[in-house]
Amino acid sequence: MGLSSRHSVTLSPRPATRPILSVRDLVVHYHTSRGAVQAVNGVSFDIAEGERLGLVGESGSGKSTIALALLRLIRPPGRIESGEIVLDDVDLLSLDEEEMRQVRLARIALVAQGAMNSLNPVLRVKEQIRDGLHDHAAELSGRAFDDRVYELLHSVGLRRDVADMFPHELSGGMKQRVCMAIAISLRPTLIIADEPTSALDVVVQRQVMDTLLKVQEELGAAIILIGHDMGLMAQVVDRVGIMYAGNLAEVSPVADLFRTPLHPYSDLLIASLPSFEVKGAFQGIPGLPPSLLNRPVGCSFRARCPRAFERCATVEPRLREVQPERLVSCHLY
Amino acid sequence: MTPLLEARNVTKLFGGGGIRKKPGTVALHDFSFRVDAEPPTITAIVGESGSGKTTLARLLLGLAAPTSGEVLYRGKDLRQLTTEDRHRFLRDVQVIFQDPYEVYNPFYKVDHVLETPVKKFHLAPTREKARELIEETLNAVGLRPDETLGRHPHQLSGGQRQRIMVARALLLQPRLIIADEPVSMVDASLRATILESLRQLHLKFSISILYITHDLTTAYQIGQNILVMYRGEVAEVGDVDLVVKQPRHPYTQLLIQSIPQADPTHPWQGHELPTNGSAPAAGAAHCTFVDRCPYAMDICRRQTPPLFRTDEHRAVACFLYKESPRLAGTDLEQVLATAAPAETIPA
Repeated sequence: MGLSSRHSVTLSPRPATRPILSVRDLVVHYHTSRGAVQAVNGVSFDIAEGERLGLVGESGSGKSTIALALLRLIRPPGRIESGEIVLDDVDLLSLDEEEMRQVRLARIALVAQGAMNSLNPVLRVKEQIRDGLHDHAAELSGRAFDDRVYELLHSVGLRRDVADMFPHELSGGMKQRVCMAIAISLRPTLIIADEPTSALDVVVQRQVMDTLLKVQEELGAAIILIGHDMGLMAQVVDRVGIMYAGNLAEVSPVADLFRTPLHPYSDLLIASLPSFEVKGAFQGIPGLPPSLLNRPVGCSFRARCPRAFERCATVEPRLREVQPERLVSCHLY
Repeated sequence: MTPLLEARNVTKLFGGGGIRKKPGTVALHDFSFRVDAEPPTITAIVGESGSGKTTLARLLLGLAAPTSGEVLYRGKDLRQLTTEDRHRFLRDVQVIFQDPYEVYNPFYKVDHVLETPVKKFHLAPTREKARELIEETLNAVGLRPDETLGRHPHQLSGGQRQRIMVARALLLQPRLIIADEPVSMVDASLRATILESLRQLHLKFSISILYITHDLTTAYQIGQNILVMYRGEVAEVGDVDLVVKQPRHPYTQLLIQSIPQADPTHPWQGHELPTNGSAPAAGAAHCTFVDRCPYAMDICRRQTPPLFRTDEHRAVACFLYKESPRLAGTDLEQVLATAAPAETIPA
């Protein structure tokens, strides 16, 4: 299904469509008693219509914070300090709360990690889908509403009798599909999927991912897939952004990234992945990410980088295009 | 030779019974397995949620009692050990749990989890010797003592905490370490380091390891032997290279194909094939995978498949291989390779 057409997308050069989402110098801090945790530290990226962008990184690298920032759902003590988030020519940071509420679900939808646990246990599936539809002024009367629910369930691969079930009657994979049905109910142009399958078994993950990509393709929506599973990224997305300590270390087309990772962190990360090819040699990345409370001067990966030199200790590298379509923030390039 | 630890025809049910005599959930069904003290082996036990892998770990550790069957430590029932034997068991068999955040008491410094076993098992005569031993052990798992000791758990990363757990297990010089999903909550770049320290323990100190996981890739990398579990039963068992490279059980095949490979040129497979026919009648003996199996035959709905020995070092519980000889009894050891580990794994 979805995958064959995806490959044609990756192999041919991407059409030069203008980005539907443009993020510029996004800074998000969490203000704690010990100071500001600089969770996202000036991140910029674009995503084109229908594109699949992956954001990977370790825990604390800022990937989920970006997801929440795009929806403007950062809550105190967190705050978006500066930057621009432009979706379809509208700067989301300039909207008032009510305008932003209309954008959520209608234009940007979120499929969260463990979204299946966000379903209301005492409401039937149908009623949970109704919430979103009604709230966004899509007034549908009885029959038309039911038809829309069945249509949505069908598109995520669920039978129509699921509409009258309660969440506890569904398996984890089915619940995650219900969440997807809700997410796409208003035909968003951007779907943010934050670790949508990390709580599922590998066989179910495969099915749920297929469904997500199928609905994304049908809608023509762009998708930002957030996660730490490089295997999943390799199979699913067109481009990958690698996060490290609140910055993008590298943004590259997926095939290029795996063939020739440019940033030393990408390189080590890919080398540390277990595979069925090599056996018995485990190579991790020595050291730890820096504290985001007092970010070191210079490059944040410097302390763990085997190729660091003097400049890395003093000047923070900026994300630059060093090869066609490949952006890296590293002084080596 | 008496095996170090043995599960003999173990069944574990959860729930059920009561007034309405509801059938319970079968977490583990008629399962037999043993770990010998010599030679040391690394066995991976792989399964999805609900396959019974954690139940197995808990039974082997004596944290849960089997509904039927028995768990034996050096030939003696785990529930009837003498104080002396129990003391020995607690030293011989160590565990590393999944969550490196939950096992620590946040009020104590991490030194506490290392000092306690030293005291309880009188591992060192003086405080200085104890300190020396602890530092030595931390070094062995790749931690720097001055960066770890004297700190509280929240000051360390998940990877460091998990390695302290490995160090704690090592302090007691056990014969067997049962590691239940030791890396599933740790970031990718640290995962490799922890697996490497486990592997080093095996190589340097001749400790057997039961590596319980849902992740076939790491199981393949660290294990010599592998048991693939499905709904409380063994689906396939044998040499890890055979099982992973040429899986025979339809479930193992599906499992391996479903793994997204970290290689964009390697297409993702594992679309679940349409199943062949109906589910078996309730209560009847049948293959547990029959309702998802694309190759299901009539016999699969009427009988539970025994283990067929398809290769010298592999057995498969599937009627597709019914021409192969049955594995006599439930003795998995016949197919598990027991070659000396140091030679088979490149250092």
